[in-house]
Amino acid sequence: MSGHAAAPLGKDLLGLEPLTSEQITLILDTAEPFKEISERVIKKVPTLRGATIVNLFFEASTRTRISFEFAEKRLSADTVNVASTGSSVQKGETLVDTARNLEAMRIDMVVIRHGASGAAQFLADRIESNVINAGDGMHEHPTQGLLDLLTLRDHFKRIAGIKVCIVGDVLHSRVARSNIWGLKKLGAHVAVCGPRSLLPNAIDELDVEVFERIEDAIDWADALNILRLQLERMQAGYIPSLREYNRVFGVSRERLERASRDVLILHPGPMNRGVEIDSDVADGPFSVILDQVTNGVAVRMAVLYLLSGGKPELAEAAKGGGSR
Amino acid sequence: MSRALLLRGGRIVDPSQRLDVIGDVYIANEKIESLGEAVDVGSRDDVDVIDCAGRVVSPGFIDVHCHLREPGREDVETIATGARAAAAGGFTAVCAMPNTDPVTDNQAAVGFIIRQAARAGASRVYPIGAISLGQRGESLAEFGEMVGAGAVAVSDDGKPVASAHLMRTALEYARTFGIPVADHCEEPTLAVGGAMNEGIVSARLGLKGVPNEAEEIMAIRDILLARRTGGHVHLCHMSTRGSVELIRWGKERGVNVTAEVCPHHLSLTEESVEGYDTNAKMNPPLRSAADVEALQQSVRDGTIDVIATDHAPHHYDEKEREFADAPNGIVGLETAFAVNVTWLVARGVIDVAMLVEKMSCAPARIFRLPGGTLRRGTVADVTVFDPDADWTVDPARFRSKGRNTPYAGQRLNGRVHLTAVDGRVIYRLEE
Repeated sequence: MSGHAAAPLGKDLLGLEPLTSEQITLILDTAEPFKEISERVIKKVPTLRGATIVNLFFEASTRTRISFEFAEKRLSADTVNVASTGSSVQKGETLVDTARNLEAMRIDMVVIRHGASGAAQFLADRIESNVINAGDGMHEHPTQGLLDLLTLRDHFKRIAGIKVCIVGDVLHSRVARSNIWGLKKLGAHVAVCGPRSLLPNAIDELDVEVFERIEDAIDWADALNILRLQLERMQAGYIPSLREYNRVFGVSRERLERASRDVLILHPGPMNRGVEIDSDVADGPFSVILDQVTNGVAVRMAVLYLLSGGKPELAEAAKGGGSR
Repeated sequence: MSRALLLRGGRIVDPSQRLDVIGDVYIANEKIESLGEAVDVGSRDDVDVIDCAGRVVSPGFIDVHCHLREPGREDVETIATGARAAAAGGFTAVCAMPNTDPVTDNQAAVGFIIRQAARAGASRVYPIGAISLGQRGESLAEFGEMVGAGAVAVSDDGKPVASAHLMRTALEYARTFGIPVADHCEEPTLAVGGAMNEGIVSARLGLKGVPNEAEEIMAIRDILLARRTGGHVHLCHMSTRGSVELIRWGKERGVNVTAEVCPHHLSLTEESVEGYDTNAKMNPPLRSAADVEALQQSVRDGTIDVIATDHAPHHYDEKEREFADAPNGIVGLETAFAVNVTWLVARGVIDVAMLVEKMSCAPARIFRLPGGTLRRGTVADVTVFDPDADWTVDPARFRSKGRNTPYAGQRLNGRVHLTAVDGRVIYRLEE
């Protein structure tokens, strides 16, 4: 695809750590006009017509894959979905062979979800096509971070100065890392809260506040981003039981009501209701969880548009016609 | 009968005799015949004369820790290619770890390595036998028979000995044969799944880390077991500042503990993993700058006795994959000396004599091997090098089949010019 050199984000989107605050803001600003397309009767513009995009999902995913696919289709790209089940990966093909084959098929973009940290960069270093990281191991999930930022910005009308606490299994969370980078670059105050066994040992060096009691986190925060607690963490001995986790760190309505201010609730999903988040919180008045899902499509459209060489200043015009 | 060899006019550095003089080294009948004084061979045609002016002549380097992959992975390295790589790196002898396939855990396997090494006719190769059968950590291998066949130490390197009881028994039993137990210090439940050092870089990259304590817990366990048993524990590839303190603690109390460090742990930090470079993936992992600093000082103050390579060749496509899934290890035989010169000698941490002590004299003494000295009448294993010459690492030119090095393209100080075993030149730099 032409336009790599001029692309305002560079060739790939591998994480939020390498991006500048200006680049992050650009993506969020570009997502704004794209939101409207999803409200139309015919949810489609010809912006990426003729572009071929491969969604390479080596790890199970429903919402991220569907969200990317909607974004691609609404921009009129041709898409192919590859999952590890049923692919040559199951027959032992390596990631580098997969990359070479994709390259040989002259595709334009790859969206990759992979269980190994660094897999997106591995691919990006070896192919000419644009690579978008849709989650790599415990590293980053940049589009999730971006949609969280967009949702927060929609609500607070700014990011700078707001206080966001990420709650739960930060140690294993790629969402947490992308959030920490994105929020800090845009000037938010960031904290984490969870059992120490689920926080990176070196978390203090990332310059974030650490709360060991969820009550303190709720009292401090303008928004909580509540991470999913995975069952295997319990089996691996990081916490004694899901029940205890809920009692010590679970975000319940009672705990929220004791706070001195309203606290916005985010969750990247899928949720374990009754574990990290109670249902009346997930479905409550301060929950923006479904807004996150809606924003996810717009953010991904913006990323696809910008990486393909779309001009930021023409994003509004791209709603109506091709810009490539 | 081999030809005589006259190494003329070099700087002879032999810490085993506290010797540092300019002079000739004359070798005949596979032995050091004379040292220091000028030798006039006139027009004799049975003597090879090599001008060593401006270069250092030292006892041949000895690597007490390398992986030669044969038997089992001859596509990655063979005893012959490994021995030639060793010669090119200035090593006159290397000790081969037993984590081959099958494991070197019996006298037949030990004998096989010795025969292959003899056939290669390059550097000497001393087999190290396994501590436990199949390196499974369950029951002791037959140390006595393996030593009888030529093994010089025992180790389950590549895997820690999880059972404290088995390690205690190994230390006790090894005393019978006067061999060290070379110890891979890694507490397995702390290290499980780890791909790099645990710290800020692992937190950022989303890679599971191995904390320093995984090494230190095993180091102190085995220092205590050596104190209990009187056995000789040799701690392999030390990587943390805490380990250095524990070794010092043991030595101050008279424990029979020795230790080695690898060139990569003396020169690189965890930052090398940035970009998920699998050539920076090793076990133990590259640590913090503070660890590197402490290790360098421990070489200087004698806490660490030996610098060993942990030469670990891998096929390029095994490293060409996701970081967490890539195998550990780098090749080291052909870069070790220059890395040590660049990061230790050129920066004033140690001098050339101390480097020779760590790469030759101490390994020979600790593993009770021939060499490590240029005394008259000893085996003529000699290395000639120029500590000031610089060169650029080009893995394509390695004698090793392995190309996996984080030093590719780097300019290093210190160049090996000649390696001789039993007075026979097995490597000479093309000039």
